[in-house]
Formats: sequence, structure tokens, C-alpha cells
Amino acid sequence: MKPERKKGAGDAAVIDLGAMALRDVNALLQSLTPGTNEIAWRLTNPRGAHALAVGITAPALVSIEGPVGYYCAGMNNGATIDIFGNAGTGVAENMMSGIVHVHGDASQAAGATGHGGLLIIEGNAAARCGISMKGIDIVVKGSVGHMSGFMAQSGNLVVLGDAGEALGDSLYEARIFVRGAVASLGADCEAQEMTPEARAGLTALLRDAGCNAAPDEFQLYGSARRLYHFHVDHAGAY
Amino acid sequence: MCGIAGLFLKTPDLEPQLGSLTAAMLTALSERGPDSAGFAIYDAGRPGHVKLSLCARAGFDFAAFAAAYDVDYMIYDDHVVLMVPVARLALVQAAVAGHEQITLTAAGARMELFKAVGRPADVVRRFGLERRSGSHAIGHTRMATESAVTVNGAHPFSTGTDQCLVHNGSLSNHNDIRRRLMRADMRFATQNDSEVAAGFISHEMRQGAGLGEALEAALGALDGFFTFVVGTESGFGVLRDPLACKPAVMAETDDYVAFGSEYRALADLPGIAQARLFEPEPARVYFWQRAA
Repeated sequence: MKPERKKGAGDAAVIDLGAMALRDVNALLQSLTPGTNEIAWRLTNPRGAHALAVGITAPALVSIEGPVGYYCAGMNNGATIDIFGNAGTGVAENMMSGIVHVHGDASQAAGATGHGGLLIIEGNAAARCGISMKGIDIVVKGSVGHMSGFMAQSGNLVVLGDAGEALGDSLYEARIFVRGAVASLGADCEAQEMTPEARAGLTALLRDAGCNAAPDEFQLYGSARRLYHFHVDHAGAY
Repeated sequence: MCGIAGLFLKTPDLEPQLGSLTAAMLTALSERGPDSAGFAIYDAGRPGHVKLSLCARAGFDFAAFAAAYDVDYMIYDDHVVLMVPVARLALVQAAVAGHEQITLTAAGARMELFKAVGRPADVVRRFGLERRSGSHAIGHTRMATESAVTVNGAHPFSTGTDQCLVHNGSLSNHNDIRRRLMRADMRFATQNDSEVAAGFISHEMRQGAGLGEALEAALGALDGFFTFVVGTESGFGVLRDPLACKPAVMAETDDYVAFGSEYRALADLPGIAQARLFEPEPARVYFWQRAA
């Protein structure tokens, strides 16, 4: 099931991170329950703070107005979190569900180990985007750095720009779609023919992420499944 | 860990604020490097003179030392900067080299270099960084992982006139490179890997390479993890290893180029909301120059 953007109820509550301690802000957001009416929150003055808006388990709408540090929106479970600025390492790491939308660039390991939900990055993502992803969908409108999709297990990584070296190294069953150039493929990652199912999934993700790109412009990459079990004929691929 | 802050001004407008801006950047990186800190700052200098940055044991009589060689000086806590006329440079350098209570940290027409054990906020205050002006500054906050917490182990490292380097990471082939450089008459004061990186770049530039060429050569020769920020008399360079394990964020405006290990170091810079923010790419040489 794809996450949907939920409509906010009334005006957003504003939290100034210059005036309230980070731990208190996180505790407040983490205390929200799934049935809460306190849906909409605006966080101002983040100034690159680490671990901001992590572990939210309610369908809140959180708007962060400025650059954030490491692990922003980590472990998100149901919230829609917009970051109006760049994000540091590990944005939306281990997301379970919901939407995290970076309106800028993301640093390394964006969406790492994510189990579900949708991560949208308007700019570029640095190295290791989607590392060990386990069901999350990631749409990067710019390019991704080296080792993206490393050991990715399930979910979809969609890249509208280019991909760096060793894309999809040691890939399991995640699907990787790249529109631009790929510097090199990692071990056991191969270009594959677009199946109707993969195409439908890509079409839905492009729509959800607000992209005009046509699915036919993308190349699908997947696991060649040569590394699942040791086979001496494949020794050179390890 | 470790934190790096660098600020390179493109225009004179912000020069009076260089020290205070750099001090704030380093203080913001305290959590990344709480055990020691240091910085190099480049100001106008004095024609016909070379500045020697020295540190000594507490209580050392810098005034008497400077008077003995008839040179102007400024004392900053346990450091002193001697303003040595070029004609007397060799004499004073020999005196410093032979003095067991003094350590020479750097020499430069424009660069001064300070480093100490302690929290970054204390270190920058002890050396009065907030009151300094200049064209560019590079600093480091250290969390030692492989060698002792000492002044000599703190960054920046300077291995050439007006040249300095700060490093976040660890090199794996520094012993081999050090041996090769020593055969080429480079001298090292420590066993530190970062000093070897500084020495490699200084050696390249001594052979005639520009800053960009020297950084390209470092990319081919040095093995390990590194994010470097390098300063020269008129230049500012950034280099990350191909794996880019160590963090880096940069901001550029019409007035400056700034480097921080994290955005938190950049958050208070003037005009940061309009700056172009970017993460320097792995294995790509970045450098900026202004008229010396």
C-alpha cells in the first residue's frame, strides 16, 4: 500500500528550535498518538540539528524549515515530514511508513535500511543512497553517489539523474531504476528488461513523487542472483 | 571523528570578522573534537618579514628571547609569533631549532598557526582568535583515536612556508610515503599520518605544482580515509578520498567559500540562507585562489 499525503487540520503549531531543546521537541512529537488532532507542526531554526523529528508514530504533518543534520526523520512510522533545506547523513533511515520529502540535497546513506514509506529527494543524494533498504521506496530527482543500493533487499530506488560507481553492489531483490548514466555496476547487479509489473510500480512512484518523467526513459537494474549461494563458477564475481 | 572548519574570503568586506566567524565555526564542532584544537589564520603580513609561530612551555620568557634577536613579537597564551626580517631569518630559525623549550609550528609571510590541548571554545579564546582579521582561516577540532592527545598531535600541520593542512580520517600508507619524502629532504616533526599528507602536498608544491595539481597528486598517492582542507598563502583547497567516509559540507557565496564537517559549523555565517550549499564530491579536487 502506498502512503498518501494527509490533509492538515487547521493551522500548524510552530516550534522554534532556538527556544526549545531538541530532546523536548522529539519527545513531544513522539508522544503524538495515531488519533491525534494535533496534526500539523512547523519546526523553525533547525540549524543542522541531528536526529530531529525521529521516531514519530502518528500521522503528523511536520514541516522543517531549514537544513538538518544526521538521521533526520529516522524510524518514521506514518508521519509526512517535509525538510525545506539539505539533509545530513542518514535522512529517513529505517523508515517504517509515511513520507519524507527533502526539498534540497541529501548526504550519504539516505533511506538506509528503510522498511517502508516513501522518501523523495528533490536534489542529489550522496553515496550509499538506499543502502540495505528493506522495502522503502526512494525517488531521487537528481543524481546518487557511489555504492547506492548496496545490499538492497526490497523496495524501489528511482534515480532521475545519474548513478555513481558500484550501483547495486551485492543486490538482493530491490529494484533500481535509473534514467541517466550509471558510472559502473556493483557485483551481481545487472541491467534487466522492464517487466510490466516493474513498469507499473515505477509509474506509480513517479506519480507519487510528482515527477513528469516517462517510465520508458528508465533502465531497470536488478540482482543477477549469482551471489545468493556460493558457486565456484562465480568465484570471480565475489 | 574530528571536525574541520575553513573559511576563505573572496572579498575584503568580511576580513575584520574572519576570526570571530572562524571561532564560532570551531566551537560548533566541539562535539566532534573535544580534546584539542588548532587553527591557521592568514592576514596581511609585513613586507620583508616572515612570521614564525612558536609554542613553548608555560612560563617561557618569550620577551627575552625576542629581544635577544631584536625581533617584534606578539604573545598569545603559550604561543608567540615572531616577526622576523628576511635578512635575519636563518639566524633566528637556527636559534629556534636548537632551543629545547620551543617548538616551531609554522612559518609564513601571512600565516600564523596555533594549537593546544583543550576544548575548542577554550583554545580559540586563549589565542584570541575572535579579535583576528584576515583573508582565510582553517581550523580543526580533534578527537584522537590512534595517538596521544598532545599539542604536536593537534592540527593544522604545516610543512611548508604559508602552507597548512587539516585532516579528518586516517591514512594507511603514510609510513611508506614518509620514508620516500624523507629521502627527498622533507623533514617531519611527528609520527602523525596527517603530517605526512601535509608534507606530500608541500613537496609537490616545492617541485613546482600548483595547489590543484598537488591535490590531484595526493589523490593518487595517499591511501586511506581523508577529508583534507589545505591552505596556502593565497589559496584554499578541499579533497576527499574516493570512498568519502568523512563528512563535508560546503557553502559558497559571492563573499566566501566555507567548509564544515557538518552544517552546524556553517549555520551562523552571514548570508548562509542564500548560499549555495553542497557536499564536495569524492575524489574531486576543489580549490580557490585570490590575489596574494
